[in-house]
Amino acid sequence: MEKPNGGAAYWRATLGLLTTVLVLWFVVSYGFGILLRPILDGIHLGGYPLGFWFAQQGSIYAFLVLIFWYAARMNKLDREHDVHED
Amino acid sequence: MDLKLLTYIVVGLSFALYIGVAIWARAASTGEFYVAGGGVHPVVNGMATAADWMSAASFISMAGLIAFLGYGGSVYLMGWTGGYVLLAVLLAPYLRKFGKFTVPEFIGDRYYSRTARIVAVICLIFISFTYVAGQMRGVGIVFSRFLEVDIVTGLMVGMGLVFFYAVLGGMKGITYTQVAQYVVLIFAYTIPAAFIALQITGNPIPQLGLGGTVASGEPFLQKLDAVVQDLGFAAYTSSSMSTINIFAITFALMAGTAGLPHVIVRFFTVPKVKDARSSAGWALVFIAILYTTAPAVGAMARYNVHATVNSAVTASGGDLFATDSALLYEARPDWMRRWEQTGLLKFQDKNGDGRIQYYNDKNTSADFTARAEAAGWKGNELTVDNDIMVLANPEVAGLPNWVIALVAAGGIAAALSTAAGLLLVISAAISHDLLKGVFMPRISEKSELLAGRLAAAVAVMIAGYLGYNPPGFVAQVVAFAFGLACASLFPTILLGIFSKTMNKEGAISGMLVGLGFTFGYILYFKGIFITPMAENIPANWLFGISPEGIGMVGAILNVVVALVVSKLTAPCPDHIQHMVEDIRTPRGSGLAHSH
Repeated sequence: MEKPNGGAAYWRATLGLLTTVLVLWFVVSYGFGILLRPILDGIHLGGYPLGFWFAQQGSIYAFLVLIFWYAARMNKLDREHDVHED
Repeated sequence: MDLKLLTYIVVGLSFALYIGVAIWARAASTGEFYVAGGGVHPVVNGMATAADWMSAASFISMAGLIAFLGYGGSVYLMGWTGGYVLLAVLLAPYLRKFGKFTVPEFIGDRYYSRTARIVAVICLIFISFTYVAGQMRGVGIVFSRFLEVDIVTGLMVGMGLVFFYAVLGGMKGITYTQVAQYVVLIFAYTIPAAFIALQITGNPIPQLGLGGTVASGEPFLQKLDAVVQDLGFAAYTSSSMSTINIFAITFALMAGTAGLPHVIVRFFTVPKVKDARSSAGWALVFIAILYTTAPAVGAMARYNVHATVNSAVTASGGDLFATDSALLYEARPDWMRRWEQTGLLKFQDKNGDGRIQYYNDKNTSADFTARAEAAGWKGNELTVDNDIMVLANPEVAGLPNWVIALVAAGGIAAALSTAAGLLLVISAAISHDLLKGVFMPRISEKSELLAGRLAAAVAVMIAGYLGYNPPGFVAQVVAFAFGLACASLFPTILLGIFSKTMNKEGAISGMLVGLGFTFGYILYFKGIFITPMAENIPANWLFGISPEGIGMVGAILNVVVALVVSKLTAPCPDHIQHMVEDIRTPRGSGLAHSH
């Protein structure tokens, strides 16, 4: 198979996006849901203490947004670096 | 209509649906048997992955665990969903590009080593069998409670059904059956939840109801906190576990999820690399519908149980400690009588007053013990098994019989869909990795397909045996399955994609160290075949991490050992480095797939 044109630049861009996604993934779950929960619980979202909401609801919604955002950004990167399928 | 008859009809109809789908979508080639021919639409694959992933544990046990753990239950919610982010960005697209059939095949090829492939097969078989035993047990419980047949009969029916569509249909049959099972289980889960949220908070959307208010205008969670704390329990919205332990368990469950072979293999079934990325998102959409409902189900079930046995919970200004607040045993509702027969709900009248006092008698604060003593309480009198919370929920809330029948069908769907997915990865590991990959490389496709079907058949029988005769440690081995996936397969696959220079020596020693450490630690505290060597309490744990979370440390050890060993041994060959480069770009996924 011929070597794709993307090469190093494509991989660097992929790793950059991946790092952003994982940082946000960490912040919404381990950050807001676990480490900062005692502080956030002082704030209320409706009847929810905010830290508790992140741990049992918010982090899951954030994961969803993150995956679809990542998938869309990657499709764009694939095209920009001409390594997309078809 | 009579509940039993109605349950038979609803469960019977769901079975007819699964069998019909299985016949319509049966597999004809090894490609269809292992990965459904690689042509499954990402949304369909997402739905099938969701059913595959959400097992009897998610459907039956999780909300019960959350009910009793409160905030601590968040480890399951975040752990079992956050793993999909790891799958989407770290594993799924690259493994799809690699374009083979099984996880051990990737490890064997990437690390140019049969030994690595065999080690991966061992991890896979151990992880998958522990899981499948739990599923068959779940089938047995649901059958015996709702259809009032004995556990053996229930297991036989369940085994027969899984045998039929997993053996005949392979991955293709399973994928489309799982879509049907997802639909059944999600309705069975959300309909009762909506009714109960409406009853308690006036809002039929459970996710909003949990943050809503009770009739008195007080926020529901605040009310629940007050009730459980007054009865001596820990506050619902705060934690009784240490932060580091919550952190470690969440991580072990996330990485464990991403390293589970039956989940990973689902991403081999989509047509393209970009579909693998979005399919992880679709899987999480379908999973999130249940997982964001579960905290509401758990909290409201907890509230309902307290409200049932203590009338002061819902009465304005009621006194929880007043004599006539406690429910008279003779006046208990029918659902309590029914569950008492299963032994999962027990009453013991310790103070002989004929009333049910349900509280935390382990609470030693002077203030609380004084109040309990003044009220004439002589110990907690009610034990409620976690596992009945979801199943009993519609009965507790007095919902119509068809809802109860639907919950039974949903529990069975959750157990069967996961069992089938697990059986398939076991059979693929045996026929494709061991037989074709190691012992009989020249086997024909037809014989391999037959071997795969035979392996699935044998696996069904072993699963049935384990379900009937659970090695007394099914609950403990759950920690094993996630811990091992987190400490062995996940880091090894990750390094295989993100490090071009990782060699076979590094990968094999990393896997063995991660596996050995995690296995040893769990054995040390839980004692599976031997008596535990130390008491399973926080004071004895390494860094305060319980056996459920130790997979995180195992994963770190795996990576460190792999990196050090790979620096000291022969470098990774050039053609493997080129292969890794190729995996990293999507173009050419079609070619890779036509193997």
